[in-house]
Amino acid sequence: MDRDGICLFLRYNFPLWPTIPEIQMMPRLTALAAAMLLAGSVHAADRIKVGLVSTLSGPGAGLGVDIRDGFQLGIKHLNGKLGSLPAEVLVADDQQSPDIAKQVADKFLKKDKVDFMTGIVFSNIMLAVGPAVFQNQTFYISANAGPSQYAGEQCNPFFFNVAWQNDNLHEAVGKVVQDKGYKNVVIVTPNYPGGKDAVSGFRRYYKGQVSEEIYTKLGQLDYAAELAQIRSLKPDALFFFLPGGMGINFVKQFVSAGLSRDTQLFAPGFSADEDVIKAVGGSMLGMFNSSHWAHDMDNPENKRFVADFQKEYGRLPSLYASQGYDAALMMDAAVRDVKGNVEDKKALQKALEAKRFKSVRGDFKFNTNHYPVQNYVLRAIGKDAGGRITNRTMGIIFANHADAYAGQCKMK
Amino acid sequence: MLQLILEQTLNGLQFGLMLFLLAAGLTLVFGIMDCINLAHGSLYMVGAYFVAAATQAADSFWIGLGVGVAGAAVLGLVLELTLFRRLYQRDHLSQVLATFALILIANEAVRAIWGPAALLLNPPEALAGPVEIGGFFYPAYRLLIIAVGMAVALLLYLLVARSRVGMWVRAGAANREITESLGINVRALFTAVFVFGAALCALAGGLLGPLLAVQVGMGESVLILAFVVIIIGGIGSIRGALVGSLIVGTVDTLGRALLPTLLRALLPADAASTLGPALASILIYLLMAAILFFKPQGLFPARA
Repeated sequence: MDRDGICLFLRYNFPLWPTIPEIQMMPRLTALAAAMLLAGSVHAADRIKVGLVSTLSGPGAGLGVDIRDGFQLGIKHLNGKLGSLPAEVLVADDQQSPDIAKQVADKFLKKDKVDFMTGIVFSNIMLAVGPAVFQNQTFYISANAGPSQYAGEQCNPFFFNVAWQNDNLHEAVGKVVQDKGYKNVVIVTPNYPGGKDAVSGFRRYYKGQVSEEIYTKLGQLDYAAELAQIRSLKPDALFFFLPGGMGINFVKQFVSAGLSRDTQLFAPGFSADEDVIKAVGGSMLGMFNSSHWAHDMDNPENKRFVADFQKEYGRLPSLYASQGYDAALMMDAAVRDVKGNVEDKKALQKALEAKRFKSVRGDFKFNTNHYPVQNYVLRAIGKDAGGRITNRTMGIIFANHADAYAGQCKMK
Repeated sequence: MLQLILEQTLNGLQFGLMLFLLAAGLTLVFGIMDCINLAHGSLYMVGAYFVAAATQAADSFWIGLGVGVAGAAVLGLVLELTLFRRLYQRDHLSQVLATFALILIANEAVRAIWGPAALLLNPPEALAGPVEIGGFFYPAYRLLIIAVGMAVALLLYLLVARSRVGMWVRAGAANREITESLGINVRALFTAVFVFGAALCALAGGLLGPLLAVQVGMGESVLILAFVVIIIGGIGSIRGALVGSLIVGTVDTLGRALLPTLLRALLPADAASTLGPALASILIYLLMAAILFFKPQGLFPARA
């Protein structure tokens, strides 16, 4: 039982007990009520409101913070405007809880009447929040979570993913592990929708033996039991998908258990990006990972993004930051296309599908299910010219790669 | 196979001993003072933050650990003198409300001071790698945790079973009124026990810091486990807390490691991969229910 569990326990016993989100909302709700009394609930159409719900605290905070910072940098590069209308970005922390995410999303949709939503990191939270957003006919531009559900049968005209479908980066790693000739692989992933997508993606392209699929609790931080199991299985390669703090702890414990001598680590870019490298350090040298973006990609948009991100925040951007940045550019191009008339949903959908912005990852286009068709690259962790440990792009794994679910999508 | 069992036993032992550090303080406060302290997990969290902050300031894990534990003990003293002393006479509902408020205050205070992102502590350089024991490698740092946990368990045993203060504590747990009427300064005893419990919390938080992550809300999940431990062991009993911790630690570790594999032999792979992790995470609660069914007072009831 966590904090919310205790709250639910109290609420069960004392019906008037407020839940944590309610407690946290109290001051804001009071202020909001006062503001509405003063101003009435008139919604000005002279600006574009974006509701950004993301994971900004707890072990997954690194991901959400990078998405937020990338998005804000995008808005800054656009001079604080989206499609020549002033942009207003409302930010809320979902604390990696689907319940809290639903409550803040509801507030953004009903009270603030946002024009776009974005920011959610985890697929289980995306699946919980999605229905309310779609019912409200608000466009959701996912800067991370790309569940297979929304790519296939449950695809929705109001859902766009500007990053990837969950399986994609794992498919790319599967291809690399297969091509390098590894024969005995163990998979470690959290037990949640994104984890299931990871396993099916990896196994779609790796055809060798998988001696074990280990599912851990989402947010687990101690991997002693799993590492002992891995040691007894003696795999020659280990594929793990553990975003954020989970991956940081896993790699640290993997190395301190002496397992790195016999087993080669492979991961999607999520588990080997700047946030993890910064925390783990030298133990990650030589690790291969896949991504659709890398900070050393050679195009003018990316160079400007990477340089300004470092100037603004004092650290290298991660792939999450690049996704947040692209989400801002995507909204901007679409709003400009419809000349600020965001109430014309059909036209706005067409404009979003047309993808008239220059992404920092280079060129890509949207598939019929509103997920990208794009290149995936192999990165290896090494030292750059300045001796800093970071990712270097090694080559292309897939060119113009689409996800496996688009065929099941009948977009309205 | 033998090696796997040995390694998992060590893992279970390590987890169990850390739970014991938390459960020991909780069971004494609950058993002797009849006070439900939901904020026990917050002391663990704040203790871990103290250790992390002191480690960063002093650039030495050992100094950080010492300073952090001392800081948590002082905080425990302040809390006992200002708040808990007033709660002992109240009913359980008031205690739950007051200590739940403490959880919220502690979380928000930590968020305000150290920010929402997790702090990362690294183990001392010398203990960062693996050591070879019995033909396989085991992380040196986990061995240290086991050693410290065992030392504290031994110390507590000597203190509770062999010393005069320990006798008072046991007497207090068994019957508070009679202990008081024998002329023992129960007030001072309560304060000492509470402060000691807070120090143990910080010790656990500080030791686990490099292994896990020091973050807001880390206390709540572990608090539930600590309550499970003292319910299994019997409220107010140190021996019960030790046995309960080791049972919970071992069952949780072995359950996570073996259940999914075991289920795969019995069920189709798809069902096993869904059911296995789910079952592993409720295993200790099933265990608690089973023990309560046969021994409603726990394994070693203090008020027999």
